[in-house]
Amino acid sequence: MQTERETPADIPVPKRKRFRMENWWGVLWVLPSLLAVMVFVYGFIIWTARVSVSAWKGLTPDYTYVGAENFVNLASDRRFHIDITNTAIFTVVFVLGCLLIGLGLALLLDKGIRMEGFYRSLFLFPMAISFIVTGVVWRWLMNPAQGDRLSGLNLLFDNLGLDFLINRWYATPTWGIAAVAIGAVWQMSGYTMALYLAGLRAVPEALREAARVDGASEFQVYRSVIMPLLWPVTLSAVIILGHSSLKVFDLIIAMVGKQVALDVPAIYMWTTTFDGFFFGRGAAIGMVLLVSVAVLVIPYLWYSLRQDSDG
Amino acid sequence: MKRKTLTFLGLLLVLAMVAAACSSDSEDTTTTAAGGTEETTTTAAVAMDSQVEVFSWWTGGGEAAGLDAMIVVFNAAYPNIEFVNSAVAGGAGTNARAVLASRLQANDPPDSWQGHAGQELIGTYVAADQLEALNFLYDEMGWLDVMPETLIPLISKDGNIYSVPVNIHRSNVLWANPTVLADAGIEMPATLDDFFTALEALKTGGMEAPLAMGEQWTTMHLFETIMLASMGPDAWTGLWDGSVAWDSAEVTQGLDDFAKILTYTNEDAAALAWQDAGQLVLDGSSAFNIMGDWQEGFFREVGSEPQTGYIWAATPGTDGNFQFLSDSFVLAKSAPDRDAAIAWLTVAGSLEGQDAFNPVKGSIPARSDGDRSLYGEYLLSAMDDWATDTVVGSLTHGVVANDSWKSEIDTAIGLFLIDGDVAGFQAALVAAQEASG
Repeated sequence: MQTERETPADIPVPKRKRFRMENWWGVLWVLPSLLAVMVFVYGFIIWTARVSVSAWKGLTPDYTYVGAENFVNLASDRRFHIDITNTAIFTVVFVLGCLLIGLGLALLLDKGIRMEGFYRSLFLFPMAISFIVTGVVWRWLMNPAQGDRLSGLNLLFDNLGLDFLINRWYATPTWGIAAVAIGAVWQMSGYTMALYLAGLRAVPEALREAARVDGASEFQVYRSVIMPLLWPVTLSAVIILGHSSLKVFDLIIAMVGKQVALDVPAIYMWTTTFDGFFFGRGAAIGMVLLVSVAVLVIPYLWYSLRQDSDG
Repeated sequence: MKRKTLTFLGLLLVLAMVAAACSSDSEDTTTTAAGGTEETTTTAAVAMDSQVEVFSWWTGGGEAAGLDAMIVVFNAAYPNIEFVNSAVAGGAGTNARAVLASRLQANDPPDSWQGHAGQELIGTYVAADQLEALNFLYDEMGWLDVMPETLIPLISKDGNIYSVPVNIHRSNVLWANPTVLADAGIEMPATLDDFFTALEALKTGGMEAPLAMGEQWTTMHLFETIMLASMGPDAWTGLWDGSVAWDSAEVTQGLDDFAKILTYTNEDAAALAWQDAGQLVLDGSSAFNIMGDWQEGFFREVGSEPQTGYIWAATPGTDGNFQFLSDSFVLAKSAPDRDAAIAWLTVAGSLEGQDAFNPVKGSIPARSDGDRSLYGEYLLSAMDDWATDTVVGSLTHGVVANDSWKSEIDTAIGLFLIDGDVAGFQAALVAAQEASG
């Protein structure tokens, strides 16, 4: 044994061996996370897909294959229809709100305001708070009580004499979910501002100068020179905000609890799986969510990867 | 620029610390739970022969204090068994049940766990073959003689009793503000018709919402008491054993009554917890509230006095019926330590254990021989009714329907709150029974 270990120096094997060892170290370092991702992400996606075509109901797993039955049932499920409508309203209000407010704030900051760093941090801060905290705060602010029990924003409107603004917020039929989205806009518009501000700073000053020299008004500079250059930023923002709005769960639970009127797919998935033990149906909702997020994210990833390799 | 960046980073750091402080709040809850375990371990550490792991969602308030009181009784009776308190916080048991479900699927059951007596346990855990029947223990301890006869079928399946009820709460209680009623010249209503007359009189008198209600599950709570009042105890029980059909005319009548009741409730119900709804009654903004008798615990907590601050009666039309719910403990079929688990259940069903737990939790013992000197005015009236009334089960709190059925009914109620369509509601209730059958 001992003699075997003393390898003569002129044999090239050890060198190759060392080289391979280094290679293996790299693989070894990546391996744990690679395995974790394989098991906990892709493994569970496959497992969820399997459960979504099974008859599993109750505590005991039941993998009887039922084809698309769970999905077909969802298509005629009134609660799921409400989920889809709510998600659509939420997404539109949330994404548009964030884009408009974020862009507005970014343009204002970009004009060289004093204490820019202070404002920038101020607008970004809500993002550092968890959705749960945001939800609780806005639950109070948007208290829908009327009459003598006015509180929160409604009470403020009342004191300011702006009675026409008093409304039932998230207790409004059909559109209540838009009020919930306001809380989300408050939280994420600062982040959108940061994205836009970075985009604006990346526009070379020379381009603006050139446009001004050509006689463009300040408005034209923004409309024709800067805005087109901000399209990639807008696209990224839409993807990031859009996919998080499809998955929204914690904000709604914290703000309005579990109620069908303000239900979204993620909440339905949770309650039907863990309160009702309809594992098949819950998995089907999970797959619908996965596909809808993928439809949004995959083309974007493909697009940006291709751009990177082109660049 | 560099200074600005530094300020920015500094502020971010502060914010991160705030965020960390917030998140450590949730850790505190777990630490408290773990701390409780530690205390009990040290007391039992004298001669540690075996241990019993008991799973519950009692992590705070009167529930946790009640459990601790019962653990003291247990440790005195079985000093050689270590009590392991595996309580999971959050969501009125929703989180705990999710954790329990995954532990059972992983074949790692606790020795005993808490669950609402009735179908919530039977429909879920007996159906999954996880529970051992406890008839032998009932016979041995003579519990059948001290628990109401009408209770036993509600916690059994095919003649097998599957849990030991520790406490009893009543769900069909009408709470009212005596001052508001006196001012309006209204008596406590005894029938549904009286109730409608009273609500109408109050509404005409300018009270916007005479009946205070909270978030969606309290609507289901209202639903079960009104259905019981409208249909009577036999038909109500028949709905759950299949002898009364959900598309029958008496169900339609009950749903019409329920729909009518809802017109007297507050518009911001979805934004209120059950405590907030109770507060509306104390404040006199509403005259009535229908809620389980844990509402009394809240009333006392905020310093209100029985008779002057609040009065109570059985929900109109349900006098002589005790719609109950109960926290109970089970024996896991594959309990790691069966003998220790049985020792725990013996304490849970004992007079001493129940009289330690219930005065602290604010409920009455499942046994009818509790020590009356330990309980307050409301609880004494509930103990009298418990001993004499017809016992029927609660839906919202897991007695009459399993979790699947209940969650489908919850969806149906949520949809009804949106569209107010009684026929659609009834169809959804029929479908709920089919989907969960």
